[in-house]
Amino acid sequence: MYSFEPNEEQQMLMDAVGKYAANDLRAAAHDAEESRELPRKLIGKGWELGLLQASTPEAYGGFGERSAVTGALAVEEMAFGDLAGALAVMTPSLFATPILLGGSEEQRQEYLPNIVGGEWAPYTAALIEYTFDFDPNALRTTAKVEGDGYALNGEKAFVPFAKDAEAMIVYANLNGVTQGFIVPKDAAGLSIGEREKLMGLNALPLHRVKLDNVKVPATNRLGGAPGHDFGLVLSAMRVASASAALGVAKASFEYSKNYAKEREAFGVKIAQKQAVAFMLAEMVTEIESIRLLTWEAAWKLDTNKEDSCVAAYLAFTGACDMAMMVTDRGVQILGGHGYIREHPVELFMRNGRGFPMLLGLAIV
Amino acid sequence: MTIEFEAPKPIAQMQMMLQTVAENMMRSVSRDFDENEHAIPWDYVEFMHTAMKAAGGGGGLTVTEGKPKEGAEKRPPIGYQRLAAQIEMLSWGDVGFYLVTPGGGLGAAAVVAAGSPEQKAKFLTRFNEEKPTFAAMCMTEPGAGSDTSAIRARAVLDEKSNEWVINGEKIFVTAGDKSFNEYEKFGKGFIVVWASIDPSAGRAGMRAFVVEAGTPGVKVTKLEHKLGIRASDTASISLVDARVPFENLLGKPTVEKTTTGFKGAMATFDATRPLVAASGLGVARAALEFLKEKLMENGVQIRYGMPRNKLTSIEKDVIDMEIQLRSAWLLVLKAVWMADNKKPNALESSMSKVRAGDVVTKITQKAVEIMGPLGYSREFLLEKWFRDAKITDIYEGTGQINRLVVARQILGYSGSELR
Repeated sequence: MYSFEPNEEQQMLMDAVGKYAANDLRAAAHDAEESRELPRKLIGKGWELGLLQASTPEAYGGFGERSAVTGALAVEEMAFGDLAGALAVMTPSLFATPILLGGSEEQRQEYLPNIVGGEWAPYTAALIEYTFDFDPNALRTTAKVEGDGYALNGEKAFVPFAKDAEAMIVYANLNGVTQGFIVPKDAAGLSIGEREKLMGLNALPLHRVKLDNVKVPATNRLGGAPGHDFGLVLSAMRVASASAALGVAKASFEYSKNYAKEREAFGVKIAQKQAVAFMLAEMVTEIESIRLLTWEAAWKLDTNKEDSCVAAYLAFTGACDMAMMVTDRGVQILGGHGYIREHPVELFMRNGRGFPMLLGLAIV
Repeated sequence: MTIEFEAPKPIAQMQMMLQTVAENMMRSVSRDFDENEHAIPWDYVEFMHTAMKAAGGGGGLTVTEGKPKEGAEKRPPIGYQRLAAQIEMLSWGDVGFYLVTPGGGLGAAAVVAAGSPEQKAKFLTRFNEEKPTFAAMCMTEPGAGSDTSAIRARAVLDEKSNEWVINGEKIFVTAGDKSFNEYEKFGKGFIVVWASIDPSAGRAGMRAFVVEAGTPGVKVTKLEHKLGIRASDTASISLVDARVPFENLLGKPTVEKTTTGFKGAMATFDATRPLVAASGLGVARAALEFLKEKLMENGVQIRYGMPRNKLTSIEKDVIDMEIQLRSAWLLVLKAVWMADNKKPNALESSMSKVRAGDVVTKITQKAVEIMGPLGYSREFLLEKWFRDAKITDIYEGTGQINRLVVARQILGYSGSELR
């Protein structure tokens, strides 16, 4: 069957997340970006919405089943408020969800109940590398078998909350295949570098991470001895990024639409001019079509369809362009005012540009 | 409700069957009918008529529901979804042929939308009979395209004979010739003519009239020569003192100062726009599949999963085309799903048309470009699909008119607030 409406439970979750995003995240976004700091209380409140908890089975301390579709819906709602705040709230998922997806039973038992049952705590993951041709399937950070474990070498970038992290998953190239390794905070050879300064996302603390012959036992490889299917993890990241892009785009669309209905020029509201009205019509059409593409990819992941990874790739690729197109127009519709940091559209645009390079900062 | 993307079984089966039709009866002769404009593909017409009658659908490509098995749970309706999938597949075969699929088409759609039960019984049963039969919608005039308030055709009631006397000139009538002129192999069709019964009332005075084939005073004056969809006739029709019985008026004979008279036509568009989008997307899919096949034959691989800045230009183009095609198709699916579930879909319907109009032109244009001389050559159908696809962004409301509809919907503006 085809069907395009969230179920009741999903709708309730969306409503709760949407409220938090609009009232809390959005209200804090401007100052957080300028001061490069997110209040812990704000993050804690988002954590209590229970996104990760609801997608973790009871056996591991949660109260639900993971669904990429539900995750996609929630991420869009959350990112609508503020991208940096949303990613901060969901950072522990970067560690927990891959374990849920590809971890061994021991790994699940060891980490999940602790994370899911506790307060928000900085568990994180390191995927991105600081090179123009970064490719998650061809990492420069290496993992080599050494004794009865692995040695990790390389440098990671844009790692959220790395400085305070309890533990992180480091993705590395093991004989040409990307694999995740659980690295505890006190691992010898692990050093956390300077905080990143980026075009957007300044409220989110992102760091370089250096791995100088960091040794982890074989049991720390995600999935244990046989490893795991990184394709599924990457696809879950792509769907999450696409959803976040939808949230940012929707934020820009709504804001500029409301502005256009207020702002007068030549005796009419500017939204009454076709030049502006058509921009808005194209924005909403673009958003809705990429939203459906993202939902379909998420649904394919949930139902283990053969082409689910290609679908996630296409949704993510489409979402990157969509976010840029929409957030650029958001600024354009506000004209000079769009360029001023008092309005949020320029931040939406800076954040909107980031999606192609920020893959790995969200997962469903 | 839930979020799901599994094609219902009856639709998946129907698509497989139609693909065979498309391959064997359409693609194989597609080029011939492009080069012999207005020739009628009899084999296709007769086959489709027989097949649709046998399937019990009747009335051509219309919204039908399969009969539920006895004792089976009642399933949600999928009539519009099925229709969109049928149209997509037939247009993948040949969109010109699809447009000469026998049946009531837009003419019957107007009767369905605005007719009384008696009128439906009187005008619609003919499509189920022995011979393939057509009907058409006459809206556009030389001076009135998207701006339907400028329609000048006039209908005056002759109270003595209780007949409407219609005068006017209509153009761009799809299948107008097959619907109005009498052919031995076709049943007797009709055209639905939009005309004003009270020009002072503007759109509120606009009504639709069923004009039977062969009515005196009505003449097909021209068949257009077009960029594409050449198997389909696009007729000009003039009406000079054409008389139709009183009861051929669809809707009320009196004018209230509201726009109700016109709502029938607009409601028809909510239902048909996603179907036009579906048709265009069928053409675009044909072009994209052909392109990928040719690239593969020539050893060009598309490396899905690669970061964008490591892809070749051709890979990027193909991946963009796939994103455009699929996302546009999902918009169509959502719009028809809403229609099936009786949800108001004016916004989604027009969004699907905006998006499809854009992507089918882009995809077919890009495919021709990538194929170089092979794309431009008439040896292959690609250049024809490029010409055929363009109509998607024009008929049933141009891309610009649909942008207006979308904009009014999202802004909450009336037609006078956003002109």
